[in-house]
Amino acid sequence: MKLDDLQKIAEHEVDFQRAYKHRINVCCSSGCVPFGALKVLKAFQEAVREFGVEKECKVARTGCVGTCSVGPAVIIDPGDYLYQSVTPEKVREIVRDHIVLGLPVKDMLYHGEAFFKKQRRLVLRNAGKIDPSRIEDYIAMGGYSAIGKCLATMTPQGVIYEVSRSGLRGRGGAGFPTGQKWSLVARTHTTPKYIVANLDEGDPGVFANRTLAEADPHAIIEGMLIAAYAVGAEKGYIYIRAEYPLAIQTLQKAIAQAKGMSLLGDNVLETGFKFDLELRFGAGAFVAGEETAILASVEGRRAMPRPRPPYPANSGLWGKPTLIQNVETLANIPVIIQNGGEWFSKVGTAKCSGTKCFSLTGQINNPGLIEVPMGITLREVVYDIGGGMQDNRPFKAVLVGGPSGGCLPEALLDLPIDYDSLTKVGAIMGSGGIVVIDDQSCMVDTAKFFTDFCVEESCGKCVPCRAGLVKIKETFENITQGTGKLDDIAALDKAGQYIKEASLCGLGQTAPNPVLTTLRYFRDEYVEHIVEKKCRAGKCFRNLKKEEDDAQ
Amino acid sequence: MTVGTVKLKIDNVEVAVPEGTTILEAAKSNGIDIPTLCNLEGLSGYGGCRLCMVEIHGSPKLFAACVTPVGMGMEVITQSDKLREYRKMAIQFILSERTHICAVCVANNACELQKLANDLGVDHVMFEREWTRLPVDSTHDFLVLDRNRCILCTRCLRVCDEIEGVHTLDLKMRGKDAQVIIDLDEDWANSSSCTSCRKCAKVCPVGAIYVESVALEETKDKGIAEFVLSRRNRK
Ligand SMILES: Cc1cc2nc3c(=O)[nH]c(=O)nc-3n(C[C@H](O)[C@H](O)[C@H](O)COP(=O)(O)O)c2cc1C
Ligand code: SF4
Ligand code: SF4
Ligand code: SF4
Ligand code: FES
Repeated sequence: MKLDDLQKIAEHEVDFQRAYKHRINVCCSSGCVPFGALKVLKAFQEAVREFGVEKECKVARTGCVGTCSVGPAVIIDPGDYLYQSVTPEKVREIVRDHIVLGLPVKDMLYHGEAFFKKQRRLVLRNAGKIDPSRIEDYIAMGGYSAIGKCLATMTPQGVIYEVSRSGLRGRGGAGFPTGQKWSLVARTHTTPKYIVANLDEGDPGVFANRTLAEADPHAIIEGMLIAAYAVGAEKGYIYIRAEYPLAIQTLQKAIAQAKGMSLLGDNVLETGFKFDLELRFGAGAFVAGEETAILASVEGRRAMPRPRPPYPANSGLWGKPTLIQNVETLANIPVIIQNGGEWFSKVGTAKCSGTKCFSLTGQINNPGLIEVPMGITLREVVYDIGGGMQDNRPFKAVLVGGPSGGCLPEALLDLPIDYDSLTKVGAIMGSGGIVVIDDQSCMVDTAKFFTDFCVEESCGKCVPCRAGLVKIKETFENITQGTGKLDDIAALDKAGQYIKEASLCGLGQTAPNPVLTTLRYFRDEYVEHIVEKKCRAGKCFRNLKKEEDDAQ
Repeated sequence: MTVGTVKLKIDNVEVAVPEGTTILEAAKSNGIDIPTLCNLEGLSGYGGCRLCMVEIHGSPKLFAACVTPVGMGMEVITQSDKLREYRKMAIQFILSERTHICAVCVANNACELQKLANDLGVDHVMFEREWTRLPVDSTHDFLVLDRNRCILCTRCLRVCDEIEGVHTLDLKMRGKDAQVIIDLDEDWANSSSCTSCRKCAKVCPVGAIYVESVALEETKDKGIAEFVLSRRNRK
């Protein structure tokens, strides 16, 4: 297949889709399937037949639109009508009223429009719009035209130039400039070179990468193709955790389709460019997402981080130059090539361009998956998109950056979200977890909870993380059970700072963040716990209370 | 390819070392001692104990000297209040992690951890101590593995793999639960790969692997590094 053929497929597919008056997109992503999305899909297929409108209606399975908490979600086009909590029983009514009579069923429509208003969808551009199991759907949306453009009209250096100019920074957490990473790999003379797409996603409660793979697998593949062309790699791996069966299945199918159309393989689009792609499965340890640990895992060894340098760009898989990139980073690439780096650099802020996907959870009204321009404030995310606090309870804190993120207080709600602002206040971007916490949570207990997670996930290689975090955990146990001492506060501070500065990999370097930020912004609660044996939220001293009760 | 010379400053002293040298080696060859536990000359770098952390002028980060190569014009600081405090903290954490009662330990007076604690002036531990009960393997004819004193430096794993070439020793589990195992978690007596060469006992910096009824001063402390290097260089 050649580039022209790609164009023909796109045109043909667009015509084919135009032939339908309506398109009914049923989200069949991991978020909606447990709510019965597959039954809803089947119900729609039956209902359109029953009402004799199957020739006008294309019923398709799609990926997530973000409103997972009120799934299954169904979008009916034209008009972008979003139905929430659709059950098979309601399907007949929707088809009858909306499709046959032309009257959308108002009381079943999603009413949190604000949820979408401040979002900007670049990475999730196709999520909820296309059928991820059909490559034609992706091609009709302009898919694979970016790699086509690269192969036909751009040099590898030109591609790297565009990516550099876009200002894109890695979405896996650390925010390293992507263009710079590419040129490091491109500059090495050793061959072969490899690409690894990081889809490990070990942070609990974070699901943006999984959603992306389930909704738009070809965007990841196309991003990898472009990266491979730019840096000169011939082989790539997608490292994905084995607990993501639907994402794995979706990617496997997509890879097979791309191979079938010579978009992957020995002669991509008949240009002589060669790129092959395979999946590699992780057993599901948080630390396995760290880049040097992935390398070990892909090579079949214990997933333990190693010191850098040497950086993977110089010495990665089997000692060869390797580009490791998060999948969200990669899914941005086709957009950058299509619209130009300059255009992309204008989205977001000057120092931090583009958008970021977040898994928004906690005590707010509209939890879900969101994609927002960089620079949006936490307040906008919590109140405008998140719809404010559940049951109007008082806001207490927002944890940004997953289990090793920072707990930020109300006073910091107007902070713009970008790598540097977050780092300044002790949080991190991480892989995009935002948890909103109300006054029913104890901050000491919250910090303890996340420390426990990191203790379990520490690989055990280095002393600060392995031994230090255990001691922090024990100190927390003392404080929350009534045997804390005032000295503990200073000890936590000191140990936290040491672990952060002395640990070998990012896990240990960020694990103390919840401790350090709660000490910084919620120190009163620590003092209360230690001196007054009081927990405002009533979470701690359970054992103490029980003992008292037992004694009475 | 010729190996160039790198000039840098360590504690304000100008030194010149071959390219590719680690900061630790560069310091050592110029008479500057940086404390280490997991490092052993001749074995691959590990970077686990974090005792060898140094500051590099102009960077807010700390670097593990044992795995950081020198760079032209670097200004390395190996001693500062912060580094001393952090090294003490590392020792405290190691001591409080498993059961260390020197008075009843075979390694008493021949232990690198104990010596470092003395040298650095660690006279108390900031956090409560753990009294672990991990299995002791004394099934081998003369080698003993006491996991309660192991500091997980992996010197034994590396010497067994890289010098003896049999990879009898490995780790199981992760984090605080990590433990040294023999073959696929066998009793040592049943190990089909162990050659009983004693290298692990020679390199273990503490009293975790030792040769039964041989004074530790005799097993260790006889220029372990030179021994490993001589084996490494032997073709
Ligand atoms: C403990 C730990 C876990 C990580 N987990 C992930 C992950 O699940 N997915 C990911 O893309 N990056 C993860 N990272 C970051 C990667 O090491 C790496 O920086 C990233 O994949 C690089 O891609 P990027 O430049 O596109 O962000 C993790 C890092 C650490 C320290
Ligand atoms: S920081 Fe933690 S996870 Fe990372 S290498 Fe050290 S022990 Fe392992
Ligand atoms: S191993 Fe060293 S520090 Fe531990 S008890 Fe024995 S002598 Fe003391
Ligand atoms: S047994 Fe000794 S050499 Fe081996 S890891 Fe433990 S302390 Fe290190
Ligand atoms: S000697 Fe450098 S980390 Fe242990």
